[in-house]
Formats: sequence, C-alpha cells, structure tokens
Amino acid sequence: MSTLGDLFLTYQSVISFVGIDALLALSVYATLCCGQLSLANAGFMAIGAYAAALLTLHTKLPFAAVLLASALAPAVFAVPLGLPVLRLRGIFLAIATIGFGEVVRLALVNWDYTNGALGLVAIPQRAQLWTIYLVLVIALFLFSRLRGSKIGYALESIREDETAARTMGINTTLAKLSMFVFGAALAGVAGGLEAHFTFMVAPSGYGFSRVVDMLVYAVVGGVATYLGPPVGAAFMTLLPEVLRGLGESVGLAPGPLRLFVSGAILLAVVLFLPNGIISLPLLFAAVRMRRERG
Amino acid sequence: MLLALDGVERAFGGVRAVDCTSFAVREGEIHGLIGPNGAGKTTLLNLISGLLRPSSGSIKLADRRIDSLAPHQIAALGVSRTYQNIRLFPALRALENVLVGEHLVRRAPLWKRLFFLPGARAEEQAARTRALTLLERVGMRERAGARAQYLSYGEQRRVEIARALASNPRLLLLDEPTAGMNAAEVTSVAALIRQVAKEGHSVLLVEHNVRLVMDVCEQITVLNFGKVIADGAPQAIAQDPAVIAAYLGNED
Repeated sequence: MSTLGDLFLTYQSVISFVGIDALLALSVYATLCCGQLSLANAGFMAIGAYAAALLTLHTKLPFAAVLLASALAPAVFAVPLGLPVLRLRGIFLAIATIGFGEVVRLALVNWDYTNGALGLVAIPQRAQLWTIYLVLVIALFLFSRLRGSKIGYALESIREDETAARTMGINTTLAKLSMFVFGAALAGVAGGLEAHFTFMVAPSGYGFSRVVDMLVYAVVGGVATYLGPPVGAAFMTLLPEVLRGLGESVGLAPGPLRLFVSGAILLAVVLFLPNGIISLPLLFAAVRMRRERG
Repeated sequence: MLLALDGVERAFGGVRAVDCTSFAVREGEIHGLIGPNGAGKTTLLNLISGLLRPSSGSIKLADRRIDSLAPHQIAALGVSRTYQNIRLFPALRALENVLVGEHLVRRAPLWKRLFFLPGARAEEQAARTRALTLLERVGMRERAGARAQYLSYGEQRRVEIARALASNPRLLLLDEPTAGMNAAEVTSVAALIRQVAKEGHSVLLVEHNVRLVMDVCEQITVLNFGKVIADGAPQAIAQDPAVIAAYLGNED
C-alpha cells in the first residue's frame, strides 16, 4: 500500500470528524448569515443524535431513513422554539437558546429510557467517511444555491437592517424561522452521523462547550460566506493533531496546549481577521497588489 | 383615493406625535407633507408603512384597511419607502441593495435555482438588468459595484430611491430625499420625482426644502404638533395664515 494510503488510513477518523464539525459550523452559520446568534444547536444535535441512535437500535430502518429522521426530529422542535425566541435580538436570543440547549441536555440526563447520564452505547457503526462527506457536499450545495438567490439576498438584508428589509416586503419572521429550522436539521444530521461513527451518545457530549466549539469554527473560518465555517472547522479540528507532535517534542501535554492555542487563535482572528481565515488569500492578494504598485 | 388617513392618532406615552390626522393622496399625485421639526411627519410615514400601529383611526390603501397589517404585507400591497436617516444595507453593493428592493417582483422559486433550471437564470438576469436600469435613472450606474457604506451621502440617498422604486410601488413614500444634497443633486431628484409620478406611481414627499415641495407637489398637507393645520394646493398653502404662523411664529 502506498504511503498516501497509509496516511489516509491513519487519519481517517480525524478527517471524518472534520466533516462532522464542518456540518456543525454550517448549522451555526445558517442563522448567523441572517444576523441571528442562536446557540441552540448543541441541543438540536443531541435530539438528532438520540433520534438516530434509538431508531438504529430499535428498528431495522435503512441508514438513509435514520439520517433523514435525525434531521427532521430537531427541525420539528425548532418551529415552536423559533417562533417566540426569534423575536429576541442579539445577546437575548443567544441566552434564550443556550437555555434550550441546557433543557435538552438535562432532560436527557434524567431520561431513564436512554440510560440517563450514561447514554446509549453499542450503536452500530453505520456512518462512513463517504456518507459524512456526501451530507456535507449536499449542505454546501444548498448554501451555494441560496447565495445570490432572491432569498439569499433577503437573508443578507435581514442581517444588515431588519427594519428596512421588512419594508422591502420581506417576511423576516418566516425567513429567520426557516434558517433556524434549516440550522437545526443540519445540527441534527451531524449528530446522527457522529452517533453512528463513535458508537455512542451521551448527554455530556452536547453541553454548552459543544455549541461554543461550533461558533468558534464559524468565526475562525469567517462568516462572510458559507465556505468560511467549514474551513474554520477543518482548521480547528486538525490543529490538535499538528500540535500533538509539536507538544511532545517540547515535553508539553497535548490537552492544555491545545486549549491555549485554540483560544489564542480565536482572539487573533477576532482582532486582526474579522472575516476569518477564509479572507487570508484576498488579504495577501491586496498586499501584493499594493507592493507591485509601489 | 389611493391613500386615505382618517382620524389617525399615535401617542408615545403622554406625547401625541400624530393627533387625529386626516388627509388623502390621489392616484398619480405628488403629495407634499411639510411641517416644523417634531411635527410628526416621520411618525406618519412609519404608521403608513406599518412600522408603527396607530393608537386609533384608520389608514386605507385603495379602500383596504392597512393599519393592522405587518410592514411586509403593506409593502406587498404596493407601498415602498425611503428613510430620513438612510437605511441602506451597508455591506451590500449598490446593485445588491436594488436587487433586495426587487424582492416583491421576483417570482422564480428557489427550487428552480437548485436544479439550475433556465427559468431561474433568465429571471436573475432580468432582475439584474432592471436594477442596473434603475441605478442608471438615479445616476448611479457607474457605482453599481460599490458597497453602500462607501458611498457618499448624496449617492446613498439616490441608491435608496432606486431601491424603493425597484418594487414598482403604487405609492412611494420619500422621507427627506434631498437632505444633505447640493443644488444640482436636488434639481435632478426633483426631475426624477416628476418622472416617477408621470409613470403612475403616487408620491408622498416629506421634505424640509420648501422650495422643492412648492415646485413639484400638486397637493400639500401641513402638520404641526401632530395635527393637520392646512391642506391644499401649493399657492393656497403659501398664503395660509396658520402655516405662516407655524413656520415664523405669531406676531403676538
């Protein structure tokens, strides 16, 4: 077997996690792109993961149907949740949606049917690398067709000035709710994929820190286009692997170093790269042009 | 009557910003709305476009009550507006701002675009061409690719007018469209307003530039402290003692 093949086999699971994290980053971007900071997505992911796990453990449904259910289940929750909370703006929406995430997590901790805090184990591994990336490609395709469409422009206008958007005839409530539900479905399907890749689901995997991770992926990658969040997810997920070797060579434990570097990168991006690392090539091009002009 | 306000009131706490106001705008008319600062002109536009609900009274558009509808529903009935303090979408390009304005007239559904159907492509091209034509009309075609936040004040005002026209409105509400413009720009906006009215759009013009209002409007309503103090043709308004008192003060 070639060395490239070996490399691929060694890192197959990391590459799979990059795909799952990219989906999660996109799920946060779905609401961010119309200016809504929603942090309910760890909760939606949990609903999707548990729905998928239960279906696989208790029915003989094909995996495609299970994945579809993992997208639909959180979407069903997102409608009645979104209608009231999307009236809130900015930080208030963030707080309300964090509340939802915690409610889901605590409900799962106390639900005997799913083994409470221990969660469900021995889920068959049904998600392959290609399934994960197929779902990711479909999600990216949807975002790419949305951009530049009538609805895509409506979403951007809501982000820029919601009041003006309303007087342009845009039903902002419907648009925001649709993206909230779409984000919930993406988070849910990512949860379903992860459950069938790591063999288990447990409430502790869907806490507040999980949704912060998703937000960090999106912000580090850049939220000006839909390509930013997946790039950020890839960067932040691959980083620990790179750091592992680096940390060992200087005698540091990988855990703390990883947290430190992740935090530093987030800070640097927020301060110096407001459009995320996806804007770096453009930035370099601009610098080169300025230099050529002299 | 295209637009008819009847006994419209709106109070903020104890302040009656709009107090039992009645007037009407005819189809195809350029109707001026003037008054001293704080007279309630902008509040009135917010009531008509649905951003505020009246405390009492009725607003009718072509005999249909609109005072309990949401802003996007009122826009769908053919009311479009600009803002006194310019509300363009700052990060979007001038062309994209106008494309958002076309939201109501674009029909191709998203699924057609998902499957790359030719209908969607043609509709996008048509929308873009219309937007460019509108930018041309307000003299902003060369700046179509510039982001709204980098445009000058006068340029932003003109793009905002183009965006408001993009929905092909029956009634166009302009809130001080010439504020901050130089004399040449004011003349071109005046010509544009006349042209727009000639094409069948009615215009309700809120303006501090009294000369412009006297010049382009066929009918003028004067507000003071939320009440209509005069309503009529420009010549009559200019000689109305109540209007002169409101603007210059009483002798005693």
